[in-house]
Amino acid sequence: MNTSILKNAIFVFAFAAYASAAMAEGSASDEIAKYREMISDGNPAEFDEMRGEELWKKPGGPNKVSLEKCDLGKGAGVVKGAYAELPRYFADTQRVQDLESRLVTCMTTLQGTAEKDITAKPFGGDNYKPEIESLVAYVVGQSKGVKMNVSLKHPKEKEAFEIGKRIFSYRAGPYDFACSTCHGKDKQRIRMQDLPNFNNKKDAQAAYTTWPAYRVSQGMFRSFQWRLNDCLRQQRFPEPKYASELTINLTMFMAVNANDAVYDGPGLKR
Amino acid sequence: MGNPMKIRASIKEGVTEVKVLMQHEMETGLRKDADGNLVPAWHITKVKAQHNGKTVLEGQFGTAVSKNPYLVFRFKGGAPGEKISVSWVDNKGDTRTDEAEIS
Repeated sequence: MNTSILKNAIFVFAFAAYASAAMAEGSASDEIAKYREMISDGNPAEFDEMRGEELWKKPGGPNKVSLEKCDLGKGAGVVKGAYAELPRYFADTQRVQDLESRLVTCMTTLQGTAEKDITAKPFGGDNYKPEIESLVAYVVGQSKGVKMNVSLKHPKEKEAFEIGKRIFSYRAGPYDFACSTCHGKDKQRIRMQDLPNFNNKKDAQAAYTTWPAYRVSQGMFRSFQWRLNDCLRQQRFPEPKYASELTINLTMFMAVNANDAVYDGPGLKR
Repeated sequence: MGNPMKIRASIKEGVTEVKVLMQHEMETGLRKDADGNLVPAWHITKVKAQHNGKTVLEGQFGTAVSKNPYLVFRFKGGAPGEKISVSWVDNKGDTRTDEAEIS
């Protein structure tokens, strides 16, 4: 190996070696913050955004049309800033929808794809990357830097928020857990991770505005539906249906709590 | 041919900082799939960065480097508008080269 060339170069193999650094001075969460800082410029979610943009603009589904006519709430085809106002009530479907359920609507109505083909395996895995996941990356990326502004004007929106709030503190399952068991007080942790307290506006904003995100430990971009699905799994709740009413209501509750914060996704998580 | 890289290069006080985000599976060869079969090793082996055709960094990558590797390095010199090119080779012989301008 030609070592002389390395003389003026400094390597930062950020994704490879953070575990050993965690033993150094400072608390574990300081080290995690340092690690996040180190990798913040190199978010592989950008690749998902690129793929998502291509998919958005390319004719697809049995109807061979693109999603460029898809109305995400700000008019047909408007992607910029759309995520910062979701979930919202949609008159055509007569219900409150989050980004992912709305994408399902567009993919079924515009492109003619069968709903079950989208919702059967909506999350990525080994050698498998569903289109909807990349579309999510693209759409949320177009709201980066936009202030969260989720409305509660429509009665259905208000209703979704209220139900979401209840679900958040609804205790059930073999462990008698609610979301609020871990996310309702300060200084709760799961393993080494500090958990956001959703009763605290700052925490609620910071958490919501950095999801969806690229998960380094999984080497994959993860959507908000995935986030909720995995939270419910850890609570030992039954697996929710993809883009179901329960998950939309919960999203509504969390999104409204994040209002006025600047959206900063796709995020980068350990 | 592999998937494109994202390269950003900027100069500050005579030192150019280059940030490279590569797309690669970086399989270690130690992982098993759902059927219990080993997933064959597939990772970048060599990385080379050039500034105006002159090599400024050469490195060997192995299985310890994560999926979608992110590499940051600095070198003395460079000027706005000049070209940085980064290329990698993996253990299957696949290769990818991308370019960026220093800003």
